[in-house]
Amino acid sequence: MATVYVDNRPYTMDDRQNLLYGCLSLKMNLPYFCWHPALGSVGACRQCAVKQYKDENDQGGKIVMACMTPAAEGTRISIEDPEAVAFRRAVIEGLMLNHPHDCPVCDEGGECHLQDMTVMTGHDYRRYRFEKRTFRNQYLGPLLNHEMNRCIQCYRCVRYYREYCGGGDLHAFSINHTVYFGRDKDGVLENEFAGNLAEVCPTGVFTDRTAKQHYTRKWDLQMAPSLCVHCGVGCGTTVAERYGSVRRIVNRYNSEVNGYFLCDRGRYGYEFADSERRIREARGNIELLKAARGGSAIGIGSPRASLESNFALRRLVGPERFYAGMAPREARLLALILEILRGPARTPSLREIEESDAVLMLGEDLTNSAPRMALSVRQSVRQKTLAGAERLRIPRWMDHAVREFAQSDHGPLFIASAGATRLDDIATRTFRGAPRDLARLGFAVAHVLDARAPAPHEIPDGASEIAGALKEAARPVVIAGATLGSSSILRAAANIAWARPGTGLAFVVPEANSMGLALMGAPALGAAMQADGDTLIVLENDLYRRAPAEEVDRFLARFRHIVALDSLGNATTQKAELVLPAATFAEGSGTFISSEGRAQRAFRVLAPPAPIQDSWRWLANWGGLDEGIAEIAAALPQLAAITRAAPGEEFRIAGQKIPREPHRYSGRTAMLAQISVHEPKPPADPDAPLSFSMEGSPDPPPAAVTPFFWTPGWNSYQAVNKFQEEIAGPLRGGVPGVRLFEPVEGAREFFAEIPQPFEPREGEWLVVPIPHIFGSEELSRESPAIAELAPPAYVAVNRAAADQFGPEAEMLGRRVPVRVASELPDGVAAIPAGIPPFEGLELPLRTPIRRAS
Amino acid sequence: MLSEEERREIEAEFPHYPTRQAVCIDAMKIVQKHRGWVSDEALKDISELLGMPLAELDGVATFYNLIFRQPVGRHVIYVCDSVSCWIMHSDRQFRHLRERLGTAPGETTADGRFTLLPIVCLGACDRAPVMMVDDDLHGLLEPGKIDGILEKYR
Amino acid sequence: METPLTQNVHPVAAPPDRGAYERAGGYQALRKALREMTPESVVEEVKGANLRGRGGAGFPTGLKWSLVPKDAPHPRYVVCNADEMEPGTFKDRVIMEGDPHELVEGVILCGYATGADAAYIFLRGEYKLAAQRVAQAIAEAYEGHYLGRNILGSGYGLDLYLHTSAGRYMCGEETGMLNALEGKRANPRAKPPYPPVVGLFGKPTTINNVETLSNVPHIVNHGAEWFRKLSRSKDGGTKIYGVSGKVKRPGWWELPMGTTVREILEEHAGGMREGLRFRGLLPGGASTDFLTEQHLDVPMDFTEVQKAGSRMGTGTMIVMDDRTCPVGMVWNLTHFFAQESCGWCTPCWSGLAWAERILKAMEEGKGQPGDLERLEFQTKFWAPGQTFCALAPGAAEPLQSALKYFRDDFERHIRDHGCPWADGGAG
Ligand SMILES: Cc1cc2nc3c(=O)[nH]c(=O)nc-3n(C[C@H](O)[C@H](O)[C@H](O)COP(=O)(O)O)c2cc1C
Ligand code: SF4
Ligand code: FES
Repeated sequence: MATVYVDNRPYTMDDRQNLLYGCLSLKMNLPYFCWHPALGSVGACRQCAVKQYKDENDQGGKIVMACMTPAAEGTRISIEDPEAVAFRRAVIEGLMLNHPHDCPVCDEGGECHLQDMTVMTGHDYRRYRFEKRTFRNQYLGPLLNHEMNRCIQCYRCVRYYREYCGGGDLHAFSINHTVYFGRDKDGVLENEFAGNLAEVCPTGVFTDRTAKQHYTRKWDLQMAPSLCVHCGVGCGTTVAERYGSVRRIVNRYNSEVNGYFLCDRGRYGYEFADSERRIREARGNIELLKAARGGSAIGIGSPRASLESNFALRRLVGPERFYAGMAPREARLLALILEILRGPARTPSLREIEESDAVLMLGEDLTNSAPRMALSVRQSVRQKTLAGAERLRIPRWMDHAVREFAQSDHGPLFIASAGATRLDDIATRTFRGAPRDLARLGFAVAHVLDARAPAPHEIPDGASEIAGALKEAARPVVIAGATLGSSSILRAAANIAWARPGTGLAFVVPEANSMGLALMGAPALGAAMQADGDTLIVLENDLYRRAPAEEVDRFLARFRHIVALDSLGNATTQKAELVLPAATFAEGSGTFISSEGRAQRAFRVLAPPAPIQDSWRWLANWGGLDEGIAEIAAALPQLAAITRAAPGEEFRIAGQKIPREPHRYSGRTAMLAQISVHEPKPPADPDAPLSFSMEGSPDPPPAAVTPFFWTPGWNSYQAVNKFQEEIAGPLRGGVPGVRLFEPVEGAREFFAEIPQPFEPREGEWLVVPIPHIFGSEELSRESPAIAELAPPAYVAVNRAAADQFGPEAEMLGRRVPVRVASELPDGVAAIPAGIPPFEGLELPLRTPIRRAS
Repeated sequence: MLSEEERREIEAEFPHYPTRQAVCIDAMKIVQKHRGWVSDEALKDISELLGMPLAELDGVATFYNLIFRQPVGRHVIYVCDSVSCWIMHSDRQFRHLRERLGTAPGETTADGRFTLLPIVCLGACDRAPVMMVDDDLHGLLEPGKIDGILEKYR
Repeated sequence: METPLTQNVHPVAAPPDRGAYERAGGYQALRKALREMTPESVVEEVKGANLRGRGGAGFPTGLKWSLVPKDAPHPRYVVCNADEMEPGTFKDRVIMEGDPHELVEGVILCGYATGADAAYIFLRGEYKLAAQRVAQAIAEAYEGHYLGRNILGSGYGLDLYLHTSAGRYMCGEETGMLNALEGKRANPRAKPPYPPVVGLFGKPTTINNVETLSNVPHIVNHGAEWFRKLSRSKDGGTKIYGVSGKVKRPGWWELPMGTTVREILEEHAGGMREGLRFRGLLPGGASTDFLTEQHLDVPMDFTEVQKAGSRMGTGTMIVMDDRTCPVGMVWNLTHFFAQESCGWCTPCWSGLAWAERILKAMEEGKGQPGDLERLEFQTKFWAPGQTFCALAPGAAEPLQSALKYFRDDFERHIRDHGCPWADGGAG
């Protein structure tokens, strides 16, 4: 810590940081563009200029860039110095030379960092009288619009896309005042995190293309703190609504989880909530549900439904008649994950993964199975060179200096997977193999680390190298998961983490609440299929995605009555006698447990038109969400802590609720005027301390119930600075969510079940799933923008096999196009996970594949 | 497709630098030496040979003014437009060239013989005004002299 | 008068090949350094010689060499800045075309002194003849075992490569040059870290100008004191001065450091052409402040020219006569800087584009009241430290000094709605 004088007043700043960071952390208003809390300093825009003085006698001082100047002990600066003020005004004037006067028609208007900074610096009149430079825009795919005339050349986009995300197809072209940021040709941006450009770009060059189709100004949006429902990572989202439809999703900052960024599935998957396949009415006799009480019904829960909804069903049918609704293998894997996590290894948060200095990925193509985690891993490989730079006294935040020092050098990342992954470009070494061979590699690594861990017969090549890197590291992490359906991989990962105490152990789980459902400890679908009953109640679950169609058909046929609750129509709801419309993330509230084991609460952004409601409301007669949470906590001690995930409904700030609408929300009185000129009373929300209105406390709410980030003068997303304890640090009032697992003291006995090596069999293939960020997940694939990016069904094999098959192959009674995935081992084929027609298969499986006749 | 010769020349640069990317400017210049310019296709081939993203390579190509991303004539005339030559009436030489060739700066003659380009100071200010045609420097220009020079480039 | 630097340079003949260079005493310095001197003592000798960088900034060369930390990692690099794109500058060309072995020997000595493993000569793309001759000299130096592993059996080794550039003034800025050599856009890098600590490919790197390095063999041969005495000022050695513009004999001359402007202009360049009067000059390339009549007796060295309110820069003067329009001339210069701005920092890319348009408007009769104040503000906006690198501060120099010395001309352009000189002012 250092004492820094700002306009002659002493302040305490973090001396490992720069002055801009320090000033913003102290909630001072200092404008900036090229600096970004996650991207560090490069000193390009010159907007953050301040006066620096040598000592208290220095009257003149000199202009420096706050973002490029360390917050060293005794530093004296002035923000208010007239020359500094004039300089900043000149910079913004320079940035605005070519900027169009199009705020009224610009999507960014009203939440534009450039607007905010322009107002902050006091530039309000264009003196430049010459022609502006103009550019042609590009088509960049279904997710982002491109409007290059608005560019202010701050270089954030390429730094984010190229340097932070490793994307290759967006760059800066040309020179001087005509630098162009785009692709070399029109085309879909390839990187899975491109969507964040809408928030990274400080003006309206990159904007959300989906939101444009139902555009609403930020101040006219009703917003709520929510969670992404499209994978198990549990990223925070802010969902925005107007006129009853979801308008967009933006990142909701959480220092421990997603930080400043979402993946594109998470940002753009939301449109399913307004899909034509939405179930909006109840179909069938509601009495069926009442009759289910009392022992004749069995219930099938869902890993994509909230804890409350699952628990409400469990409560309705009775705990012994409640089933988890996961395929048996998946349930076994999750149970194993829980068993492992009750041991001595800690599940790292995404922030901890980012700060890890050695990572081993065992069996996952993370970018497609837990996308946001992959972005954290991409940052982790910088730890080594960040530390190296620090030894040369180059601070971490000097982003380009560190990168110039690092060149292509990076820290250890080992990837063992079935096929190629999207992180291979930064891997120290990659290993390809069938699941059991990957597991064997893992067991070998564990054995090298600790001879007490059992070893496979021969130690595979590379195991010692991995072990050495993990051993040397200060904060190693092993990442494994359920994707390849292999319990051996999970056991091997556990052995490694236990063999090298202090290793973080992160597991990838398939769905938003896989962890929560697993923690409830109910038996899986396989057991349900053996159970008897009169009525079957299926909660937010398309069983046809969990098991082969014939099996599900047979199973469903055994029941007299079938009840399904869901938000979208699917093969299961089609078979149901009673279908109840369930809320989506937009209309429902509840608790989800992420792969980290973090219980987090999502709140609805709108009160849906009846009869749509939370599944738990259909199933239980709780007065509100809190009652359900309390019941869960009482009934399931392993979940007792979820009560602390967010403040309850009764929470108030100075007696007031927290408004979901900004105080400038407009047109409220006119919104329903075609129905009645009397403005209806806003709906009540018995489930949250949030109101459906603009009235309420103006003070910042606790982090977990912050519906949006706004403070005077800061209309863009960058306002989040004002809500953090320090820049890029925890939100004030605590990190949202509560961790359910902490490592348990004491050693565990190593797993000893080492599988035999994989042996290809003549004519038969081991078919493994390949997850796709776009297309594999059930709900997001119903969003048009995501659907456009989703692949069709295919079977992938290596080059030799592909040559043998030709363009089409026959498998499992179908013809499918053949793709080459040159890294797949012999005897291993892959099909895209969750994509019809094979979505119900339990993978991996062995089957013959033939050239299509 | 890069020709055998192009590829050989590019690969000969590899040992001079510790990274492939560092060869990219040489590589583009080699291709340009053979073909006059660097087409999208050639750029793609280079990017693959060097393992460098195409957009990044194009970002480099468009930064530097001596890499041509559009076809040029058989001969490129660079007329210095910087200060010493300007003092010595380079604009008169420019005007003369425009009239003689019937092209504006940045354009190529209809017969594909010449491309006329302005260029920054050629470092021959003691012989101003100067121009360069392909690899040859010509100083102390005046209209009559220019006509004679052009004759040498068919 | 001694002209060690250009003693082998002949106006039309081909440069000396290795044999001729050796016969003239070439590579003796290298032999001496490798046999009799430690790297540290070479650095000390150069320090003692008061050799200041000839690239324009005049940084003491010996001091620069000592900034590579003793325990710095390998590989280490030397980069010779042969970009010479400063308008009005043509002195490095003289050496590279006239005596390339001298430069090669200088590079090797620098490499030895800083413990370098490889060196690059970064040559501007348009210097085709220099490229040919330097490449030839490098090849010959390898043949003579002055390059490669175990040079002259000393155990020291160095590889030297010629890199020919693809244009852009920014490449001459030393950190932009490092990015260019790495195959990137030539944006500058933040300092610190300085190249001797983190340079080319992230490794310790020493960067020097052609003329700077070419002096080194002579310093090693004859000693620091001899070198200092070549000069008429505190900065050691001789200097290649040049003159362009409407003088009787434009050209270059190797003269003692500190020769006065008047002597260079009147004795060597022969004074102004018939019928023209001297109005001002840029002493060392496009990015230096104008000097006028009152400064003619200023000695051309780093310190004295600075005292006169300008910089010696590259020492190649651009002379403005009384029929050349100062506004037109500054427009031409500003156009150059605006076009060559790398596009990284706002004051530079946007401010130069704006200033260039204002100057153009003035020349075209569309100047407006307030334009001069705007231009004046811009020059302050580009002050060193306020922009990312020294390009824009360099651009400010001719403009700010023209506004000072030739203000009437600017005002007249606005008042009379146009340029009083025919032909855009290049009269
Ligand atoms: C925009 C810009 C262009 C430059 N161009 C050159 C150049 O062409 N040649 C050169 O030697 N130095 C040039 N310099 C100066 C170099 O950055 C650097 O100071 C010099 O090469 C150091 O060598 P020296 O110490 O031997 O002078 C330029 C500087 C700037 C800011
Ligand atoms: S002053 Fe700024 S924009 Fe100009 S060349 Fe330097 S860094 Fe680039
Ligand atoms: S934010 Fe400091 S220079 Fe851009």
